[in-house]
Amino acid sequence: MLVEHAIEMIGITKTFPGVVANDNVTLEVADREVHALLGENGAGKSTLMSILFGAYNADSGTIRIHGKEVDIKDPNVATDLGIGMVHQHFKLVHNYSVTENIVLGMEPKNRFGVLDIAQAEKRVAALSDTYGLSVDPSAMVEDITVGAQQRVEILKTLYRNANIIIFDEPTAVLTPQEIDELMEIIRRLKSEGKTIVLITHKLKEIKAVADRCTVLRRGKYIGTVDVPTVTEQHLAEMMVGRAVQFEIEKQPPTIGDVVLSIKNLSVADSSGHLKVKDLSVDVHQGEIVGIAGVDGNGQTELLYGLSGLSPVSGGTILLDGEDITHATIRRRIELGLGHIPEDRQKHGLVSDFTISENSVLKNYYIAPYSNKYGLLDHDRMDTDAEVLIEQFDIRAGRGAKTMAGSLSGGNQQKVIVAREIHLSPKVLLVAQPTRGLDVGAIEYIRQRIIAERDKGRAILLISFELDEIMNLCDRIATISKGSIVGIFGQHEVTEREIGLMMAGSKRSGGEV
Amino acid sequence: MKTKVKQEPFFTRMLGSDGAVSVLVVLLGFLVGTILVGVVGKNPLNMYKAIFQSLSGFNIDNGKMNVRYIGETLNYSVPFILCGFSMAFAARAGLFNIGGEGQYIMGLTVAQVIGLLGPTVPGLHWVVAIVGAMLIGALWGGLVGILKAKYEVSEVVSTIMLNYVALYLSRIICLQLPGATTYKTANYPDTALLSNRFFQTITNHSMLNNGFFLMLAAVVVYWFIMEKTNLGFGLRATGFNREAARCSGIPVVRSIAISMAIAGAFAGLAGGIVALGSFSYGRILAGMDNYGFNGIAVALVGNNTAIGTALAGFLFGMLKNAQALMQGKQIPKEITFIIQGLIVVFIALRSAIAIYLAWRNKRQLQKEVLAK
Repeated sequence: MLVEHAIEMIGITKTFPGVVANDNVTLEVADREVHALLGENGAGKSTLMSILFGAYNADSGTIRIHGKEVDIKDPNVATDLGIGMVHQHFKLVHNYSVTENIVLGMEPKNRFGVLDIAQAEKRVAALSDTYGLSVDPSAMVEDITVGAQQRVEILKTLYRNANIIIFDEPTAVLTPQEIDELMEIIRRLKSEGKTIVLITHKLKEIKAVADRCTVLRRGKYIGTVDVPTVTEQHLAEMMVGRAVQFEIEKQPPTIGDVVLSIKNLSVADSSGHLKVKDLSVDVHQGEIVGIAGVDGNGQTELLYGLSGLSPVSGGTILLDGEDITHATIRRRIELGLGHIPEDRQKHGLVSDFTISENSVLKNYYIAPYSNKYGLLDHDRMDTDAEVLIEQFDIRAGRGAKTMAGSLSGGNQQKVIVAREIHLSPKVLLVAQPTRGLDVGAIEYIRQRIIAERDKGRAILLISFELDEIMNLCDRIATISKGSIVGIFGQHEVTEREIGLMMAGSKRSGGEV
Repeated sequence: MKTKVKQEPFFTRMLGSDGAVSVLVVLLGFLVGTILVGVVGKNPLNMYKAIFQSLSGFNIDNGKMNVRYIGETLNYSVPFILCGFSMAFAARAGLFNIGGEGQYIMGLTVAQVIGLLGPTVPGLHWVVAIVGAMLIGALWGGLVGILKAKYEVSEVVSTIMLNYVALYLSRIICLQLPGATTYKTANYPDTALLSNRFFQTITNHSMLNNGFFLMLAAVVVYWFIMEKTNLGFGLRATGFNREAARCSGIPVVRSIAISMAIAGAFAGLAGGIVALGSFSYGRILAGMDNYGFNGIAVALVGNNTAIGTALAGFLFGMLKNAQALMQGKQIPKEITFIIQGLIVVFIALRSAIAIYLAWRNKRQLQKEVLAK
């Protein structure tokens, strides 16, 4: 049987300075199927799709759309060919209405050349009816939920008559319930005759919705499989290149005294809006407390308030009984507060410093790295850094003298984790520790975090990956709009219930 | 077993090194300068004869040797190097100190005041004057640092303003000094002078003075603070990534204030050395000496390193000393300013070279991939 292909990308090669992003990659997507593109961060999925969408030009290779060879020079050509893309970070104008966003760039005009918004709204309403994409066409984008914003992005592609729709990591910003809804939308789009490419590294979603799946690893094509006939385990092995452990092994916690006590904390963001409101939570020795929640519900501000990067507007923070609510950052570090920051480039590392210098960034001014006259001991810094490089398996070309900026993301994160653990803090704040890392580094960093817990440290973990929170944490606190909605033990709560709390509704029975 | 290490070609490695690029940029500046001299119908060889004479003291045209020129070149280099450090020190902490000129003027002014009114104790008088010059420079720079750190006042704006404040304040103060006319004061007592009899003897009575030692000490101090002390570590961290430095507990506000104060002290020292080393009387400044501004270029060429900035300052000193000699050989002395300007413009090549290297890297990789 001859399958008609909607997309054929054959022998695509694309290089960037120093990296081969795509190395002779082939992708064949049948008409009217949901085709998943699976790979770790940096496997070349986004590059391949950017080539299809015309954002990059391939160095070599051919692209055929519905059997016809095409040269996609820029995104306009892609749009004309009926290719639409729903980006991971939405490209919406916040103070425009839903309809205005959708028609932006191809506004319908009446015969006087004036924008005819009523006609546009009618068409948007019709489209959202056909595909089951419920949005209010006249609402402001800033007033609607993230899930609805994503539906606006989908409508944008439909409005431009796309019949091939690319979703780039669409579930990263959604709650579990919103993810279910999105899966339903994708099925509906397929039944209406659309071809879908789903870029993801989440196996569950592929099993839920995809017909076939193409796997990339380090820029190379690994294979294409029929999803219903393969297991998640098999997909994971194709993606990583070796057997993967799904469950994180850990012993039950041995819980000690409270070392981090947050009481009625309020923190404002830089423009003065209260993002953390009256938040209270305690963290004990030897436990990992996770903060689950959708991005933008005050997690960043909570971390800033705790670490001292932002001033606190109200409430108290006690670190092992000592009030650090208004202490300087250095004082907090000296009292035993470790911090693996959310933004490792901005807050975690000095990329023009060596590994050696970065590993002493918080204690360079005291013994053994400085003597009482303020003179640095570079040799001591280097020998200690070499030990950390060895212990934490940091891959660095020139040892302790390697520039931090030249390391891969995973190794940069290992440098930060090594530094923080080396300081042996009483409390460790950990934010998004595995974002953007490959599976090997993720496993390793999670193990180190558990090992720290087992040493009796108190760990507060903030992550947008619900899987990470569910697997790693001993207690899970769900945050919504800056407040804790509920705190439960690891096995007392399901992913669904956390999803509901992330959306703001309380579950009865939990201590708050 | 032998493993073959792939060696990058010499040319590529050269382009990757900041120092080599600085040398290349200087050569380019001279090359274009030479062409310009030719274009205006003069013999470029005369320009190089003048530069050679300022460097070696040897006059090729009449075969005579005068070591005084060497002494003058070194003496001219001193304020360029110190003002270069003023710019460079702040730059390493991530600040753009355009106020070297004002800090220099304040140092010069205080040195003149103490030179004329200070205790005429041999061995102490000039030391007090120089220390005073450094202190006022530190204060003048530190003020900017505090404004920047506490109130987020742009150091670019405040330093430019303070340059003018310094110039007119200097005039007001110096006009009150003993024996002040419209352009000069009375002569300093001998105890205030930086002159060094030994230097005068070996350099045929050039102006080279004890300031030269102070400059050498400054080179060592600059290198030592930056590379060997934890103060320098904090400053460099702040300069590379202020947010990461803050997040790591480094007192960023203090770092900024301190780095501006130290930067100001370097420029103040330059002012003190010029006041008491190159002149025997105090000057009522009619305009700026421009050492502070040239220090920006010196630091740029010298890559903000101790040795690089010292070499770049020496280059500028040499060009300044060659100016008079050029005029004697019918070469317009303005050509030295053009060469200095060209060097600064060509410094921008650094980013062009980075782009070129990235492009070559990519080509190489493409070839390797497609060849498979």
